[in-house]
Amino acid sequence: MSADPTQVLAFETDCHIFDGCGFPAPGLHSFLFEPLVGDADSSVYFNKTMLLALLGSVIVIGFFWAAFRKPKVVPGKLQMVAEAGYDFIRRGVVYETIGKKEGEKYVPLVVSLFFFIWMMNLWSIIPLAQFPVTSIIAYPAVLAAIVYVTWVSLTFKRHGFVGAFKNFTGYDKSLGPVLPLAMFIELLSNLIVRPFTHAVRLFANMFAGHTLLLLFTIASWYLLNGIGIAYAGVSFVMVIVMTAFELFIQALQAYVFVLLTCTFIQGALAEHH
Amino acid sequence: MSQLLIVAAEEMENPLVPPIPELVIGLIAFVIVFGFLAKKLLPNINKVLEQRREAIEGGIEKAEAAQTEAQSVLEQYKAQLAEARHEAARLRQEAQEQGATLIAEMRAEGQRQREEIIAAGHAQIEADRKAASSALRQDVGKIATDLAGKLVGESLEDHARQSRVIDRFLEDLEEKAEAAR
Repeated sequence: MSADPTQVLAFETDCHIFDGCGFPAPGLHSFLFEPLVGDADSSVYFNKTMLLALLGSVIVIGFFWAAFRKPKVVPGKLQMVAEAGYDFIRRGVVYETIGKKEGEKYVPLVVSLFFFIWMMNLWSIIPLAQFPVTSIIAYPAVLAAIVYVTWVSLTFKRHGFVGAFKNFTGYDKSLGPVLPLAMFIELLSNLIVRPFTHAVRLFANMFAGHTLLLLFTIASWYLLNGIGIAYAGVSFVMVIVMTAFELFIQALQAYVFVLLTCTFIQGALAEHH
Repeated sequence: MSQLLIVAAEEMENPLVPPIPELVIGLIAFVIVFGFLAKKLLPNINKVLEQRREAIEGGIEKAEAAQTEAQSVLEQYKAQLAEARHEAARLRQEAQEQGATLIAEMRAEGQRQREEIIAAGHAQIEADRKAASSALRQDVGKIATDLAGKLVGESLEDHARQSRVIDRFLEDLEEKAEAAR
């Protein structure tokens, strides 16, 4: 689809079963978008995912602006909903993992991360958009990088260079002869694998979810011919089920992302033992 | 045609290699959200949440103060009531005592007056008796003398002798009366 600007949908609409046309399976190409503005080769361009990312920011800010711009002691409906979301992240995630005293400083970061990621994920099932922005690795990567910079710098600030090194390597004398190996593995795990998995966990979940949705959506359309109509019905039911499931996964992955963020920050604050 | 494009796309793009423009846009989008929330909106709501907490705590404190006051007032009233009861009991007791004293006094006074009256009566009776006795004695003497004079036919001029005779007569009478009694 990437090279055909006239193609709006993720599949070819004139292709049905028994028409001598193969199943247009979704794949990596379903995650590539022709630039709306600019040229893909020049790396100065603007495409659908960027539009959705910026639009998502506007929606998140708009929601909280409407709810918290002039907050009242006795809240209205919108403020109450926003407060419930804010309180859930603040108490349920930050205070639970980092603690109230140390965690207060990181509440804005974690709250922003959660609602930003949730919105990016939600695009997956919002009609017309129907694409999870976080299924493009760049978006989870940049968020994971922000978190990474935050907790690594915090570790250095809190423990000094040697302390931070001990923190990263899980230095523990009682390990004896396997200590160098353990330190190497810990260092690799904490500094290199951790940010990678942090980003990929979100990316892969959204990528797989979108692929599944595409698969059943395309199948519903592709099977809509002759006896295939019965199968198309089954496939369409699956579209509905998967959409509901995705709704759950979107919130869950946003939650997991910020929960891990808090765990990393907590680990950076913790005294090395 | 389509298949070729797909293959070409897969060759070009590794889904784990982030394209730079998307990275930049992602960063901008998140920083905008973070900026608004961290600098303006979350401090806003935190202030209000704090105010709400204070309002609730203030309300509780007020209610507690009111309750304490009510309790102290109640105790005060109870104390006053007990004091009043005590006072009433004391007054009643005092009145009873006073009444008893008064009755006793009255009784004593009555007794005394009765005795006085009785004594006065007795004295009066005695005096009357004496007066009557002496008057009777004179009268009896005069009558007897007169009678004797008439019987004898002559006046018993000698007063002294007359007196002696009378007295002797009377004494005889008295002796007889004594003996008869």
